[in-house]
Amino acid sequence: MMELSCPMPKLDFDVITLGHGSGGVLTHKLLNAGVFDLLSNEHLSEQHDGAILDLSGKTAFSTDSFVINPIFFPGGNIGDLAVNGTVNDLAMCGAIPQYLSLSFILEEGLKMTEFWEILVSIKMACEAAGVTVVTGDTKVVDKGKGDKIFINTTGIGLVMDRANISVSNIKVGDRIIVSDQIATHGIAIMSVREGLEFESGIISDTRNLSGVVSKSIEKFGHDIHVLRDATRGGVATVLKEMSEQSRLGMDLNYRSIPVNESVEGACEMLGLDPMYVANEGVFVSIVSEAIAEDYVAFLGQHAESRQAAIIGTVTEAHPKQVIMTSTIGGKRVLSMLPGEQLPRIC
Amino acid sequence: MKYLSEYRDPELVSKYLGEIKRTVSRPWTIMEVCGGQTHSLVKNGILDLLPSEITMVHGPGCPVCVTPLNLIDKAVYLAEEKNVILCSFGDMLRVPGSEKSLLEAKANGADIRILYSPLEAVKIAQEHPDREVVFFAVGFETTAPANALSVLHASRANLDNYSILASHVLVPPAISALISDPQCVVQGFLAAGHVCTIMGLEEYYPLVEKYNVPIVVTGFEPVDLLQGILMTVQQLEAGKAKLENQYSRVVSAEGNPNAKQTIYEVFDTTDRMWRGLQVIPQSGYAVKKSLSKFDANVKFDVNIEEAPEHADCISGDIMKGLKKPFECSQFGKKCKPANPLGAPMVSSEGACAAYYHYSGEAELAEA
Amino acid sequence: MCLAIPGKINAIESKMDGRFRMAKVQFGGITKEASLEMVPLAKEGDYVLVHVGVAISIVNEEEAQKTFEYLREAGELNELEPASLDQLKTQ
Repeated sequence: MMELSCPMPKLDFDVITLGHGSGGVLTHKLLNAGVFDLLSNEHLSEQHDGAILDLSGKTAFSTDSFVINPIFFPGGNIGDLAVNGTVNDLAMCGAIPQYLSLSFILEEGLKMTEFWEILVSIKMACEAAGVTVVTGDTKVVDKGKGDKIFINTTGIGLVMDRANISVSNIKVGDRIIVSDQIATHGIAIMSVREGLEFESGIISDTRNLSGVVSKSIEKFGHDIHVLRDATRGGVATVLKEMSEQSRLGMDLNYRSIPVNESVEGACEMLGLDPMYVANEGVFVSIVSEAIAEDYVAFLGQHAESRQAAIIGTVTEAHPKQVIMTSTIGGKRVLSMLPGEQLPRIC
Repeated sequence: MKYLSEYRDPELVSKYLGEIKRTVSRPWTIMEVCGGQTHSLVKNGILDLLPSEITMVHGPGCPVCVTPLNLIDKAVYLAEEKNVILCSFGDMLRVPGSEKSLLEAKANGADIRILYSPLEAVKIAQEHPDREVVFFAVGFETTAPANALSVLHASRANLDNYSILASHVLVPPAISALISDPQCVVQGFLAAGHVCTIMGLEEYYPLVEKYNVPIVVTGFEPVDLLQGILMTVQQLEAGKAKLENQYSRVVSAEGNPNAKQTIYEVFDTTDRMWRGLQVIPQSGYAVKKSLSKFDANVKFDVNIEEAPEHADCISGDIMKGLKKPFECSQFGKKCKPANPLGAPMVSSEGACAAYYHYSGEAELAEA
Repeated sequence: MCLAIPGKINAIESKMDGRFRMAKVQFGGITKEASLEMVPLAKEGDYVLVHVGVAISIVNEEEAQKTFEYLREAGELNELEPASLDQLKTQ
């Protein structure tokens, strides 16, 4: 259990019960002690059915649900993912994230200490990203009907004037850039999954990317054609999707792709391809050829993207296909996987 | 990574490719037996780099692919009806049985757990003395010692609640069944390196003598595969037929005697049905009668009939090298990794799945 | 099939009254437990080939070198021009 910067208040309950979700006294106890005090701001204090916001200009709107198991993993917990995930989605739209909604579905029997730790992580992630939670909801389900805790966050952000993000902007000759070492999050999760555990220093890469993204957009503007965060399905899936949408081809070079040595070792052992392993703090950029080198150098100056690298080029050859040159110079086609990658013996 | 990265050196790969090109003077058809070798050839893009005179046929060396449907059905049944904790290697989960896959059963609430090692399943049995734990023991000879060891561990720990559902297959009888078919066009074999790490070389001499084919025990990294192919081609060009060992850094002539002893302590050899081929005599392992309390087949007395293969599946022809995956009428259409109609599409080591994922043929088929 | 990779034995320990010999094996930057019961001669510092949590062979360093020397020993390395990949892909 981490050293909490916000100590848990004294409560007369230590597990979540069905009563906590039913709207009565217990719900209030939970919310007041838990959510409202911890995340307090003018909107939440209203404790109204909804938040009234004054928005002007192009607005980005994104939602994501988080159901990960285990809820605590090296480098973070589901609370970090819930905030960073939606904040990053907004950043990928070229927006500055501002407001979040926060909904919980809690399983009866969830320990208050665990819930509190997740709330504290949410608070800290919001502060780091400069976003406020303005509305939310809490429900409790019977034991066995939920995986300890599910979280949904929905976010709103103001789109930057200099941003013009769209798959339709992709052009032949554009460079494909990955912001940091890949596959770290997925392997961090594997390292604590029952039956697969191994020792390593690998921690999840979950982090807020909106800072480095907004600065990049400010500097490079319309030369940044597309941004996508490479979460479930990994870098390969995101690129394959964009290749199909744009009907252009992509040529990648495996030797350019940054991967942590320990992550690579874990992938070898489990028979996983790092290109398909989930990330939480890595994004793919497709930018015009002219600024590609400068863009990578700029990303490299920021903590969130130290290992940024150009990994490929957009091409008119082989439309809708992503082709990767292997370490030995051979070529292979990256396709969509039918489902989640599973460790193999073969 | 030591003993891995060196065998992926592009310069050395290039030199081997050059030497293969210089050596080859006419077409040759070579089979790499093991699915892991297929995976490596396709993933590294080696197939396109080889001179066109060489045709690689992808062998039946994928224990996941050749596991008969009724064994998967048994595993699903045990998980769903008998409420066991069903433990399995990851790649078995997506294989559909005649009704559903283990992954679908898991989604329906069955307690199915992915493990890296069968030894973990024994730990789970120790931690849950009130539940039955069954390990879906799939694999070639490489995996047999580990699966056998799990039974020995359970026995030493006096566990009553652990058993394995064995689906073991043996390589030499399969090669024999393929070569002995007069239609088989394969002229040389890259034998499965890790299988030979356990079993050694002795089972292959009779095959070389009887069928007069070169067999080279080969590893899995690009340099290993190319050296194995070069050694095979050198023999073929010289009209030779010998057993050679490319993978000598881990394969010795006698194999691993401790591993073999462990296998024979737990398993008897038995006839086995190979999905996509046929019943091959003495080509599988079954748990010995004296250890039947650890044999899930006996313990749970599940009788599920073997289900017939899909009528359109031409896996037999593919595994004998008579046809390529994209020559199948269903390839990329009804038959895809998400919905495999037959054995070679089932896991990414199967010939059809390897083609589907890496060569882009499927996209052409769908177009 | 048979995904097995080489790793270095860092520490050996035994469980259940010395009947189970296990080791912490390092692959690149990660460490995983593996059984050494199939390789009783393996010692700390050795590289072993590990498949599904069981070490199945000790890597022989001398033999490992032979793959690199194979072409040289055939007396061909000096004459060898590594074929460029473009030349090879005439098909």
